[in-house]
Formats: sequence, C-alpha cells, structure tokens
Amino acid sequence: MERRDLLKSLVSLPIVGAFGFEWFRKRHHEQYLTENIRNELNISTETPEYKPVSKDDKLIRIGLIGYGIRGKDLAKAAGFAHPTMIDDWKKGALENKDDKRFQDFLEQDSLNIQITGVCDIFDTYSRMAQEAGANALRQGTDGKLNQLPKRYLTHQELLASPDIDAVIIAAPDHWHGPISIAAAKAGKHVYCEKPMTWTVEETYEVRKAVKENNVVFQLGHQGRQNESYLKAKEIIAKGVLGKVNLIEVTTNRNDPNGAWVYPIHPDASPQTIDWNQFIGQAPPHEFSLERFFRWRCWWDYSTGLSGDLLTHEYDAMNQIFGLGIPHSAASSGGIYYFKDGRTVPDVLQTVFEYPDQDLSLVYSATLASNLSRGRKIMGHDAYMELDNSVTVYADRGSTRYKEKMDNGIIDPELPIYTYTPGIKNVDAITSPTSQYFAGRGLMYSYRSGRRIDTTHLHIREWLDAIRYGTKTSCNIDVAFQEAMTAHMGTKAYKENRHVYWDPVKEMIV
Amino acid sequence: MNYSFSQKFWLVALRIAIGWHFLYEGLAKVTNANWSSVGYLLDSEGFLKDFFVNTLAGNPNMLQVIDFLNIWGLILIGLGLILGSFERIATISGILLLALYYLSHPPFVELKYAVPSEGSYLVVNKMLIEMIALAVVFVFPTNREFGLDRFIFGPAKIKK
Repeated sequence: MERRDLLKSLVSLPIVGAFGFEWFRKRHHEQYLTENIRNELNISTETPEYKPVSKDDKLIRIGLIGYGIRGKDLAKAAGFAHPTMIDDWKKGALENKDDKRFQDFLEQDSLNIQITGVCDIFDTYSRMAQEAGANALRQGTDGKLNQLPKRYLTHQELLASPDIDAVIIAAPDHWHGPISIAAAKAGKHVYCEKPMTWTVEETYEVRKAVKENNVVFQLGHQGRQNESYLKAKEIIAKGVLGKVNLIEVTTNRNDPNGAWVYPIHPDASPQTIDWNQFIGQAPPHEFSLERFFRWRCWWDYSTGLSGDLLTHEYDAMNQIFGLGIPHSAASSGGIYYFKDGRTVPDVLQTVFEYPDQDLSLVYSATLASNLSRGRKIMGHDAYMELDNSVTVYADRGSTRYKEKMDNGIIDPELPIYTYTPGIKNVDAITSPTSQYFAGRGLMYSYRSGRRIDTTHLHIREWLDAIRYGTKTSCNIDVAFQEAMTAHMGTKAYKENRHVYWDPVKEMIV
Repeated sequence: MNYSFSQKFWLVALRIAIGWHFLYEGLAKVTNANWSSVGYLLDSEGFLKDFFVNTLAGNPNMLQVIDFLNIWGLILIGLGLILGSFERIATISGILLLALYYLSHPPFVELKYAVPSEGSYLVVNKMLIEMIALAVVFVFPTNREFGLDRFIFGPAKIKK
C-alpha cells in the first residue's frame, strides 16, 4: 500500500478527534451545571418502596357498604371487580391495544382479603356487589363465581355480623359520619370515602368513636399514595422553594358527569330502592331518582365542591405542608351554569388563612370550563408546579439562587428540578421534548416501574395497619382536619361571612 | 469514480456531517440513563401508527430491543460515515432509520403531535432531507477514495 493510499484512508480521523474533544467539552459543561444544581438542592433520589403481600398475612374479612360509582372503584382496587366490568375491559383491550385496564387489574396484587358481606339500598347494586365480592378469580360473565357474600338490608345488620372485620364505606356524604361511628362502635376497622363527615357535630363523634374503640381508620384520599406528592413534601421540607406564602389549587371540569349529573339506572324505582334509608338524617323528601343518583347536587345529602373536590386539594397540601385546620375561611361563588335545580354551587372560590405559617391557601373551582390550572406553590426562591410530576423553577427575584443565576448556572426559564415517578434524575438540561412529556405526566417508565392504582395502595396501607399496627397516612387526626376545613369553607359560603377556627375550644366560630 | 476535487470534497463533507450528527444522537442517548424511545413512539401518527404504538412501544421486551438497536445503530452508522468504513451498509441503515423516524411522525396536514417540533413543516421535514442526503451519499460513494474502506477494500477503480 502506498503512503498516499494510507493518508486518504485515514483522512477523517482528525474529525473523530475533533468530535471527541467537543463531546468531552459538552459533557463536562453539562455535568458542571447538573452537579452544581444537584448539590445546591440536595434532593434525594429515593423512591417509595413497594412491598409484596406476604402469603402468611392474616385473612381480613371485609364488608362493602355502598356499591355506586365510587364503591365499584374501591372494590376493584381491593381486587374484586364485577364480571361485567371485566367483560368491558376485555372487550376494550380487544378493540384497542392501548386499553390496559384488564391487564392492569390482573397484575394487581391480591390483598388476602375476603368480601363476606355487602350492603347497598338499591337492589341492583346490592346484587352486583355480591357478584363482585364472589369474583375472587377475576373472571368475566363466562367465568365461575365463588359463593356469594351475604347481602344485608341495612348497614346496622352488616356491622352486627361477627364474620366481618373491617368495612369499606362508599355511601353518600350524609351517611359517612353515622356509618363510620356505628362501625367503630361495633369494633370494625373503617376505610371511609371522603369527606369524613356531612355535619360539624359528627366530626367530633367519628373521632371519638374511632379513638375509643381503637379501630384503624383510613380516609379515602388516595392522593396520599401519589409519588409526586411525597417528593414535593421532601423538596419543600428542604427549603428549595424558600419561604412559601401562597398556594393556589384548582378544580376544572366541563361535562355533566364532572358536574355530578350521573346516569339514572333503568332498574331504579321505589320498589328497588329503600328510599327511607337513603334519606336517613337528611330532610324528608318524596322519592326522587335524580336525588338518589345525583345526590351530590343537593346540600341535603352532599357537601358540594368543598367536600367532594376541595378536600382532595386541601389534603394534598396538608400532606405536603402539615397545614392543619386554618385560622379562617372565606368563600364565594354560585350556581352559574348548571341551573338544573341543584342547591350546591358550580363555581366556588375559598380562601384559607394560616397566619401562624404566613400562608394563604386559595382554592378556585368551576364545573363549566376545562382550563386546567393545576397546583402552584409559590416561594420566594422558587415555585413549584405539581401534578403527576413535580417541576420547580427558580424565581428571578430569588436571593438564594441569585449568584447562580448571575453565573449562568441556573436559568429561570428552565426547571431546576423535575421529577416524574419512575424517573430519578435532577434534570436541568433535558431537551424541550422530555420536559414537555414530564410536564404532562406522560413519561412513565415501562421498564423500572409498574403503574399502580393509588387507591389500591391506599387500601393496602389500611390493611397493613390492621395487620401490623403500622399507621395509616390519612388517619383520624388528619381526617378530622380535612372535615373541619371543608366545613369551614362550606359555612363561609352558606353564611356569606368569614368563619374562624377556635383551636382551644376546637370549634368553628 | 471520476469526480472533480470540489465534488469529492463536498460529498465527503456531507458524509462526515451526517455521520457526526448520527454519532452525537447515539452517544447523547447512551449517556442518558433515562432515555427511551417510548415517548416518541407513543406520539406516532399516520398509517403506521398502530405498528409504532402497539407493536413497538406497547411491548416492554420489544421496546428494550428497539432502544438498543436505535442507540447502537446511530453510533455505528455515525462512525461508519465519518470514517468511511463499511459505508454501504452504514448509509442503507441510516436511510432505513430516518425513514422509520419520518414515517412515525409524518408532517402531513391533518396530523397533530404532542412533541413540539423545532420548525414548521409541510410534508418535507429535516428527517426527510437528511434521508435524501444520505441517499446522495449512497449513490455517489466516496468511501474508497477518502475513507477506511480504501484501506479495507482497496481504492475505487476509475471508470474509463
């Protein structure tokens, strides 16, 4: 081979050298930025552990009280789906490969529980609850059911049964308190849907009954299991945002279902519904299918936006900040879109003040616009946007980050921290594409993590607490705070005035 | 091969520039532990959407294979183009890869994507242009003139 040939063969080697040099410079620069920000923020890369259910776990016998929309979700999260639900998921999966509901449900861990009793005051739902409870094999309508759990006509009879250890309560709001109290007094552990109570008075009684009878209580704010909330809590505890004075949380919906105009079941009639039992402590009213299926629209049975949706937002912030019950509440709003005879507002603003913590919590909701406003936590040094992922941006006026912003290490246009469950890095320098995905929570991992229903985790935490004496995250004390806070918002709206919390007397004044 | 010097020069420059781009794209992915093609694949549209979304992204094992092939494909194609080694297979593989990227996100009038693109395109986008440029590299080879292939396979014979 001639020298000329060799030279021509190797003519592009210097290009490889140049590439290597530039590559090294770029990597070095990125590492410098990332390390700098990582050291400054000092946020852990830990993720919550996922403990498999042990075969030696004691069997817990569960009673289901209420098998409406949420009751069906809860039973499913506990491992018991009605055969027709499974048929629907199977059909969905055949028609659309993206539909993973069936696969997710089959992969959901078995919790070593048995449904031994059900109670719903609508015959059709009661029958369905029995069939779901008997469907331990997770089969469709062509499958085989175990023996049906017993149907009880009243929750009192169910609670008197010796073969029930614990109950899952998914009744209308005005029944949460009375059933929880009766269950605790009967020595049954309680998982109750939010809000904890319908009236202020019940709130004290539920707490008393749960504490006196030493039962395990879990309120149904499954957001407690949300990985991004856990991470947000750590970030705020570490002072990454600086002093936080304002939190803004919101609800935006824009469809009849979101406004609680739920479908009316064709089997429903005065013959199939125990109307007197539905009314309970509510004001008497003649039989009404609308009121039975769409009870959230009337104060007579409901706690409105405050109890249904504000509580989720409040509980998230209570989890992250340990807010407790606010010093004061003011509310305004009205029935501005759904003029369908409802008494609860469809637009609501509530402002809670926490002067001891130098903090305002603003809640704003509409049921007639889908403009998603998210959750915004505003600190002097940085602000956080919180949804399925956590995104933190440095504030231009920050004192803490001023030097790093001046040096070009921190760019206030780019997040200084993003966290998406399943993805661990401090990520200040990712491409616009991955930031876009992270912001919308689209970037879950298919490899390292399974996606798991938070309600399943929340029920599981409750069962663990029953078995091992561990704590539930939404225990009776935080549930008490949740209920009182929601009642303050509602009272402020109904009475059109500021209401205050007297922490000594534990009273709303 | 009887190109003029400036024809050769610009053809080699084109080959190396595309190679540089491939190599960087590959290395950038290999050094990002969280990188996966899943986001891009799930955002696919067009007549092959089902293939990209369900066959590839929908299957975790398949996804691992795809990620591996994509990363190392990019790196090897990049090196091949820069060095002018195994240029034929590198260019064909590169064209194939770009065609897949293009077909998963064709910039047609009625299609919308979640991933924002850095420009505004109609039918022709940078992916397609890079693919066509690679086709040019393929039909006007320079590897046995300036590249390791000259060393491996011997210099190109000059057509009379």
